[in-house]
Amino acid sequence: MIRDVRTGPAPRHHYLNAGHGLASWFLTKDHKRIAWLYFVSITGFFFLGGLAATLIRLELITPNGDLLSSDAYNRLFSLHGIVMVWFFLIPSIPTTFGNFLLPLMVGARDLAFPRLNLLSWYVYIIGGLFTLIAAVAGGIDTGWTFYTPYSTLFANGAVLAAATGVFIVGFSSILTGINFIVTVHTMRAPGLTWFRLPLFVWAQYATSLVMVLATPVLSVTLVLLAVERVFGVGIFDPSLGGDPVLFEHLFWFYSHPAVYIMILPAMGVVSEVVSCFAHKRIFGYRVMAFSILAIALFGFLVWGHHMFVSGQSIYAGVAFSLLSFLVSVPSAIKIFNWLATLYKGHVRFDAPMLFAMSFLGLFLIGGLTGVFVATLALDVQMHDTYFVVAHFHYIMVGGAVSAYMAALHFWWPKITGRLYPEMWARVSAIIVFAGFNLTFFPQYILGWAGMPRRYHAYVEDFQLLNVFSSAGASMLAVGYLLPLIYLLWSLRYGAHASANPWNARGLEWTVPSPPPEENFERPPRVEHEAYAYDTDA
Amino acid sequence: MTRTPEHTVIVAHQFENLEQQFDADLLGMWLFLVTEALLFSGAFLALAVYYHQYHDTFSAAARELHWLLAGANSVILLTSGLAVALAEQAADQGRRRAALLGLLATIALGLVFLAIKGYEYHSEYQAGLMPFLQQPFAYDGPNPHNAMLFYNFYFVLTGLHAAHMVIGLAVLMVIAVLTWRWRDGARVARQVRIAGLYWAFVDIVWVLVYCSLYLVGR
Ligand code: HEM
Ligand SMILES: [Cu+2]
Repeated sequence: MIRDVRTGPAPRHHYLNAGHGLASWFLTKDHKRIAWLYFVSITGFFFLGGLAATLIRLELITPNGDLLSSDAYNRLFSLHGIVMVWFFLIPSIPTTFGNFLLPLMVGARDLAFPRLNLLSWYVYIIGGLFTLIAAVAGGIDTGWTFYTPYSTLFANGAVLAAATGVFIVGFSSILTGINFIVTVHTMRAPGLTWFRLPLFVWAQYATSLVMVLATPVLSVTLVLLAVERVFGVGIFDPSLGGDPVLFEHLFWFYSHPAVYIMILPAMGVVSEVVSCFAHKRIFGYRVMAFSILAIALFGFLVWGHHMFVSGQSIYAGVAFSLLSFLVSVPSAIKIFNWLATLYKGHVRFDAPMLFAMSFLGLFLIGGLTGVFVATLALDVQMHDTYFVVAHFHYIMVGGAVSAYMAALHFWWPKITGRLYPEMWARVSAIIVFAGFNLTFFPQYILGWAGMPRRYHAYVEDFQLLNVFSSAGASMLAVGYLLPLIYLLWSLRYGAHASANPWNARGLEWTVPSPPPEENFERPPRVEHEAYAYDTDA
Repeated sequence: MTRTPEHTVIVAHQFENLEQQFDADLLGMWLFLVTEALLFSGAFLALAVYYHQYHDTFSAAARELHWLLAGANSVILLTSGLAVALAEQAADQGRRRAALLGLLATIALGLVFLAIKGYEYHSEYQAGLMPFLQQPFAYDGPNPHNAMLFYNFYFVLTGLHAAHMVIGLAVLMVIAVLTWRWRDGARVARQVRIAGLYWAFVDIVWVLVYCSLYLVGR
């Protein structure tokens, strides 16, 4: 019976056929089309970063550095990190699904500042170009963290071009953040009170706050770094009286909150998907909303856990360790509430739900091992080993990218007006889950045993686990390439989706798929809380 | 980019009414100022750390700066803040000429500020206090090595501020043209208000820059 409601006639007029030609895309102010601009660009960067990862994993199949020189290897993992963090994961969910859905979910015709929205895409692209230039002009070998004094005095790559790229893309985040916050504050439809907002909107809101408050600090840090490198001004250079640890403080003051820029939107997606596929009201709505805000807030207080062995005072280390434990409390609350939502639900395992379930399991493992590395004494051993690499990949790939895939499948019918092939999507979800664990679980063991990160050669004892890891990576590649094929296929051959193929709640499902250019014919009036699943419609 | 004819469409299509649009614009500007404040905060933090570490050296180095000239500059900038506030009020009351006059006064005072700042840079350059771009560093106080760090901060912070002045002046010039044209009074009043907000921020940052670089060490 659910199958019947999934397909429906295509609407005559919608945002996709509202204009034709290049100008209608590159000069558009429609948030839905801008979401597409972002979607295509970040997908490009995702596969570029993936290419670098492939080469890294190929090199690591054998203990000797035989495929790449150490210098080339350093450049590859730096490119991988920079591209994946700033050009894929940070923009991923906000600029695509956030852009597309936020106005729909708050019942508005567009974001508050459509032109600014388009500008932020151009800023993103310019930042991306600088990074590509840096990659082509010899690459950089500092890692994504740009630590001084290496990056300012010694590194002999295109550090300046790469730092400029990251600096510029930061403004794209800031502009998006401002746009989202203003939209949520001023553009909600009549009757849509704060506590009727979908959790996806809460998550975008909290993410935007972090973007707006943290990103400028990265910008100024990169300015100081560039000034030091170009003019020989000593700010972080000890030989000129500067302090390199200050750079780390400033960098992580941004970059720890930045990991919440990556995970909070994912949490928003999972809330929508879990409650839809359990066909149940989300458990503990208010607590969920507040814990999103709490994570965003606490996220600003824990940056020092990246610097336990950098020479910061031991007392600061203890404080940062304790504060880091505190962050895991609201995250755990969210996990429990998602599980409680599933409890006694009518759970269906369509592809979005499979991806969301992957998120739950993998984020849990990543979060728990986060507590390991946040333990001061333990981290002295774990720091800069593969254990840390496994930790953040469980969260960023296992968690955030799985949620991104969940969102992609969940809203694909809404965005394109087409259904994707369900069977293939489930296959992809399962391959990704298995491949992911095969890739990254061995890295926990390797790190525990002491294999350091960022080297292209290692002792022979570690080979078996590294071969597992590389084998898993090839599965991951298949798992991520598959959607590229069947989603493209569905654009042409997929069945036409109905307005609400998942029988979900939320304003975005009340408009046709794909939505008309103006989203709503008249401003909707909201009478229900979000997730009113038990008032069966 | 596409242009909306100013006189026909007043409310942008995504808004229900003018009030909502104004709320959004104002909130957007406030948020932008928050990000600007955080941008400066990183540099101020670093300065504070080093002031703490090299207190005596930094104080001695600070005494070489033209604190009186910069003090005069502070008065000039704050006066420009008054001018833009008056322009806001005038625009609100629909007095086009007064608004335009206020804006032009603001711009003129801003340019005077930059000129004086340029003169300061020039004299520091001649005194050999510009420790980069392969310039000889001719500071003869104690610990020239660490004093160099102070001058670095001086140039980074005042330079960052000056860059914001230039942006602010460009914005004010556009607004002045819009005020001169006066297509839609209510809309102009909003634009003046929002540009004025940015200018006020530039003023406040200068007060902080002035206190922390020129005065703390004295
Ligand atoms: C929620 C999403 C999270 C993400 C996306 C994330 C991401 C990351 C990343 C990228 C790094 C490595 C940085 C580098 O050195 O290159 C890292 C390290 C670290 N993470 Fe997480 N993390 C998350 C959650 C947590 C939590 C909840 C905790 C603690 C309760 C935690 C504790 C740590 C610690 C202590 C390190 C430093 C380990 C070391 O370098 O020795 N993380 N994380
Ligand atoms: Cu962290």
